[in-house]
Amino acid sequence: MSLLELTDVTRSVRLPDDRVLEILRGITLSVDAGEHVSVVGRSGTGKSTLLNILGLLDAPTAGEYVLEGTSVARLSGRARARRRGDDFGFVFQQFNLLPGRTALENVAAPLLYARGRQFWRRTRLAAEMLERVGLGDRLEEKPEKLSGGEQQRVAIARALVRRPRVILADEPTGALDVDTGGEIMELLDEIASESGAALIAITHDLAVAARAQRHYRLADGVLVPIRLNAPGRVTEWVGDVPTDRPDDATAVLA
Amino acid sequence: MSGFVGTVVEAWDELRIHKLRVLLALIGVAVAVTAITGVTAIVQMLNQATHETAERQTGRSVTLDISAYPRGASAPSTAQYTAEYDRLVERYGIEHASRQMWTELPFRFPTGSRPVQMQVVDPSYGTIMRLVPEQGRWFTDADTGRYAPAVVVNEAFLDSLGATDLSGHPTVLLGGETPVRTEVIGVYPNMWPEAPPEAYLLFDHYERWATPSTAWGPVAPTLKAWVPPDLAEEMQPLLTRDLRASLPGTDVNVMLPQEGWGAIDGAMRWAALGIGAIALLLGGLGLVNIALVTVRHRIREIGIRRSFGATSGRIFFGVLMESVVATVVAGLVGIVVAVAIIKNLPIERVLGTGVQDMPPFPVSAALVGMACATGVGALAGLIPATVAVRVKVIDAIRY
Repeated sequence: MSLLELTDVTRSVRLPDDRVLEILRGITLSVDAGEHVSVVGRSGTGKSTLLNILGLLDAPTAGEYVLEGTSVARLSGRARARRRGDDFGFVFQQFNLLPGRTALENVAAPLLYARGRQFWRRTRLAAEMLERVGLGDRLEEKPEKLSGGEQQRVAIARALVRRPRVILADEPTGALDVDTGGEIMELLDEIASESGAALIAITHDLAVAARAQRHYRLADGVLVPIRLNAPGRVTEWVGDVPTDRPDDATAVLA
Repeated sequence: MSGFVGTVVEAWDELRIHKLRVLLALIGVAVAVTAITGVTAIVQMLNQATHETAERQTGRSVTLDISAYPRGASAPSTAQYTAEYDRLVERYGIEHASRQMWTELPFRFPTGSRPVQMQVVDPSYGTIMRLVPEQGRWFTDADTGRYAPAVVVNEAFLDSLGATDLSGHPTVLLGGETPVRTEVIGVYPNMWPEAPPEAYLLFDHYERWATPSTAWGPVAPTLKAWVPPDLAEEMQPLLTRDLRASLPGTDVNVMLPQEGWGAIDGAMRWAALGIGAIALLLGGLGLVNIALVTVRHRIREIGIRRSFGATSGRIFFGVLMESVVATVVAGLVGIVVAVAIIKNLPIERVLGTGVQDMPPFPVSAALVGMACATGVGALAGLIPATVAVRVKVIDAIRY
């Protein structure tokens, strides 16, 4: 059984002029525990919407999302929130650290929504996680005093502190320079592998995407499996090729 | 359990981090609680001061004024009066009672002998009439046993003796057929600026040493009896009937003092509540205002917290708790400020008179203030909490 499975998922919104805009169309995706998957695509192609649906922040308009054998549609709002906290860790492009709080408080923040030992030992767990991402000496530092790379490390520590089953990374290197971005992805891959969490990274950077085991391209709301070689070039389409794809796939992603 | 603790921790963190905002928002609430508690306390003190001032005139609540004035030329003897009054005190179980009589006695001052207006009383009179000398002391039961008399005098009397205080143990000769040296044991302030010398003398000493003055009519002491307020009205006719039977030929009168405090108390309480309510309303409005602005600034943070697994209920309760925790803290600050003000208030200057029996700090008003502040906090938190829950998570994260 897959960890999560999307079957023919569609997400559409009604525009103010009453037209219906389809953001995602017929998305089918299956991710196993510990797997690293990347989704590439231009801005505005629905990457974040896909990630939000996967992370239970948004719901599909049609189609089915099954999380560990449970149809997400059957979960109450409260149960969805609980599973979101228990099973998913988010890494955002803009880090989204809580302002005014120290690195330690930021990493401990998700544990405020945990129960039992995780809740009561939150400060210690947060300190251990910051130690793991190499920020053991910056525990009391506020985000404003940290560099972009360090802020993203704090965000990674925060995403992983509850030991989630899935890490959802939305353009994790988008706000970083190439070298720092590479280091961050290396860290993310490493920690995700250590904890056995699946990693789904959304990016427009082919080099970042190429680090994953499986790669997808999202264009006009349609998800297509692709193969990327190491330097980050699309080498071949896998499966059905969308009818509106340009002849040169690399041009789309450039 | 961890959910509730987590919410409180979250709320406290929020307040800790946004100290300035919290401070600004809470000044109004703290002021309101200070107003409610402080004004209630001051009103209680003012009430007490007013009561005490009144009680210095008419006796403690309720002091019955019992008199039996002779109708004809023949009057009962002082001993008869004393015996009948003692009987009444015993029969009706009156705890504090004092004979009282106005008279005039000659005293020999350095400038010559002159008559002084006197009140002849028992030691209990001081308790009943709240008499606390400014210098020295009031009579005690032990004074009745002393051979030489003692007097408690006003400042004018002391001035006439050429003394300014009691450090030299001033004495004065009480004139009459058998003059006797009298010790001044206490001094009370003049009732008005140009007051003549006045003094209090114990009844027993009066009987032993003084020659009754005929200028003041027959010697007919009255009795001041401090009785429980709820029994006063019931006792009035009983005492009248009883004394009338035992002292025939006299006009027996048992007077109840006029009571008008209820209306004053009520008006003051309503004024205090009104001031507190207006202050609280203004404080609450300020709180809502700042809380709403803050929530709009925190939309992204709310979105991030939702991504951590915060349910909408938790977000709602969290924002509400921030408001409640903040107002509880403000309420406590308000009470501390009120206590500080009350304890350091120059009561005599503010109220124009001292307070003998200081009313206890109005704990009930403090609790009411706290409850109102917490209620206002919850109400003020409702609007921003609703706004927070309505935030779309995806939009919030991108905000």
